[in-house]
Amino acid sequence: MSNGDDGSRPAQGAPGPPSPAPTASSATPLLRLRGIEKHFGAVQALYGVNLDLPAGAITCLVGDNGAGKSVLTRTISGIHQPDKGEVFWEGRPVHIRSPRDASRLGIETVYQDLALADNLDIVQNMFLGRERTRRGLLDEDSMEHTAKETLASLRVTTVRSIRQPVVSLSGGQRQSVAVAKAVMWNSKLVLLDEPTAALGVVQTAQVLALVRRLRDRGLGVMMISHNLNDVFEVADRIAVMYLGRIVAEKPASELDRQTTVQYMTTGGELYIAERQAALGA
Amino acid sequence: MTLDTDPGVAPQEEKLEMAADLTAAKEVAATDIPPELVAQSFGGYLRAWMARIRSGDSGVLPVLLGLIGITIVFEIISPNNVFLNTGNLVNLFQQSAVFMVLGMAEIFVLLLGEIDLSVGYVGAVGGAIAIQLVQPVTINLPWWLAIAFALVVCALIGAGMGFLITRLRLPSFVVTLAGYLIFNGVLLIILLLGPFSGYPTLCTSSCSGAQNNSHIIYQLMWGTIDPTVSWIGLAVIVALFGGSMWWRDSKRRRSGLVAPPPSLTFLKIALIAVIGVVLLLICNANRGRGVVQVVGVPWVIPIVLALLVVWMVLLERTRFGRYVYAVGGNPEAARRAGVNVNRVRTLAFALCSATAGIAGLLYAANQGGLSNNVNGGQLVLYAVAAAVIGGTSLFGGRGRALHGVLGGLVIGAIYNGLYLLGLAAQYQFIATGIVLLVAVTVDALSRRGAATGARA
Ligand SMILES: Nc1ncnc2c1ncn2[C@@H]1O[C@H](COP(=O)(O)OP(=O)(O)O)[C@@H](O)[C@H]1O
Ligand SMILES: [Mg+2]
Repeated sequence: MSNGDDGSRPAQGAPGPPSPAPTASSATPLLRLRGIEKHFGAVQALYGVNLDLPAGAITCLVGDNGAGKSVLTRTISGIHQPDKGEVFWEGRPVHIRSPRDASRLGIETVYQDLALADNLDIVQNMFLGRERTRRGLLDEDSMEHTAKETLASLRVTTVRSIRQPVVSLSGGQRQSVAVAKAVMWNSKLVLLDEPTAALGVVQTAQVLALVRRLRDRGLGVMMISHNLNDVFEVADRIAVMYLGRIVAEKPASELDRQTTVQYMTTGGELYIAERQAALGA
Repeated sequence: MTLDTDPGVAPQEEKLEMAADLTAAKEVAATDIPPELVAQSFGGYLRAWMARIRSGDSGVLPVLLGLIGITIVFEIISPNNVFLNTGNLVNLFQQSAVFMVLGMAEIFVLLLGEIDLSVGYVGAVGGAIAIQLVQPVTINLPWWLAIAFALVVCALIGAGMGFLITRLRLPSFVVTLAGYLIFNGVLLIILLLGPFSGYPTLCTSSCSGAQNNSHIIYQLMWGTIDPTVSWIGLAVIVALFGGSMWWRDSKRRRSGLVAPPPSLTFLKIALIAVIGVVLLLICNANRGRGVVQVVGVPWVIPIVLALLVVWMVLLERTRFGRYVYAVGGNPEAARRAGVNVNRVRTLAFALCSATAGIAGLLYAANQGGLSNNVNGGQLVLYAVAAAVIGGTSLFGGRGRALHGVLGGLVIGAIYNGLYLLGLAAQYQFIATGIVLLVAVTVDALSRRGAATGARA
């Protein structure tokens, strides 16, 4: 990439030393969370969250409303700081203190509320905060070229002009722009918070196809969704959250809808056993 | 780009996706997008432009139509059809200058969705500081140093208000209302400090060497450029500006980026040239009465236009400008994109106040000095009115420096025309108020049009 920000990004070397934490898979995941806790005043949103996000796989994070999925996403992307716990990036312990830190590692987020500026056009939104300049002035030509290439490579072909303001886009197009924005920066891990929540059938299919394309080019993807149809359509791995805890983390093939719903609504056996143990102690 | 390669997609899946995309394209075709972006020819552009106007997003068209309407009405009803006399038109430009610059000042904060009610008095404070500093009996500072000092003070005032607004999260409405009162008081104090207590004046004619600095500030408004020099200047500006515009557009066309067709680029350049020629013909005609010949472009015109160009470049071609629009459109998106939102806001208030300082200087030059009857309250209302009449949104994220200039011209024309009719201030207030209401209505309607268009 010819982007000027790249110089500041630390070199991504070979996978780091094996993580001290026990792991199910043999390869080091891109991102590993161990014992993450987060509270807001009296409200505890995350309890000892352990989660692995490997490269080249779609991990779907499911859970009921208020389970803490968005808080977990914002913690990974540097908007919230965890109160406790460890974060490993490619095996090395890291502290992600801001969205900038996350971008520098190669983590990009598509937020539930999109975070696009309606009054700016597609190119302007995709480069927001990382504009290219030449002699102090914005280098619109080069930004437009890159944005165009990125959209074409992701086969986001329905926008009529990449100079149209985002306000004039349909929901699916906005989501596609937000995703394209996230992958334009050499990102290795893309977090998607409910990317299909507000979309119709056709647009949902469009966005899910886009998500698969990210996986196919080797990126790690974490997608949050309420919709189990969407989840089982794309997921390689599924993690279920219940009241701030991860109560299941399995390959998608080992889960079916019914079990997943059970985990989502009751926390599953693991949680029940844990609670009984806590009561007994 | 590392993303060019797209491995591992089976051709079959590709076909399926193409089908999905095609359906989506049909569904999306109904939504409202600026149609000129996809137009390829000049005729296509015109049709696209009409479609866009019908959809409610009309840019500077309403203010241009308004300007033409006001001109026709005043030309017909003014005594002896004096409105379009060259002398009166030059006078009108000079009167409008303060409104134009104040309008440009206000746009910096309106773009953020904020407001600055203090621009009138902060600007006057800047003017008063400069005037007091160049008086021969005080410290007789060189004129440029006095101006620079005054503008820096104004910028610091704006930065201070911006600090209170961003760090203490106070509403800009209240902070700048306090500023309005405070700097009204400060203005009176500064006016009383100097040698001509209460009424510091500028040297207007037959000035001796010691009064030179004072005279130059007066000349900002009243000095004129030699006609020959002005024609050469216009030729150079049109050549440079038109050349760079042509070069940029054709380069974008060649590399397949969004660009207007050559005919439109040519038309834009021609329009600028025609406006320049008409302006010079007006200003270089003799507007003196009797034997005294008065010709030439008043300095204030190139000053205002230069300020317009600088602020347009800052807002539309730099990172800072982009961030102003982003913060105005969606502050949370800007914050997550790593934009230092507080710094952008504070800087915008500083630039607003500094620009107001320039307006204050022009006001003082126009009046030949300053007195304690500067009406800062009226000035700020005209500043907001100029911006909104020009097409800037009160809701943030939409507006251009150009809007301040066009809106200021409308206010100047109303002011001038009603004066020619011998109608007193009360009618001027009423007329400006009505124009402002019309402008806000246009803004609100076009917002609604854009919103419903997007959800359609
Ligand atoms: N900024 C915040 N301040 C206080 N509480 C919050 C904040 N963000 C989220 N919460 C709380 O954390 C819990 C998890 O919320 P969230 O992550 O948004 O759930 P979801 O899984 O539906 O995305 C909720 O109880 C919510 O009220
Ligand atoms: Mg959520």
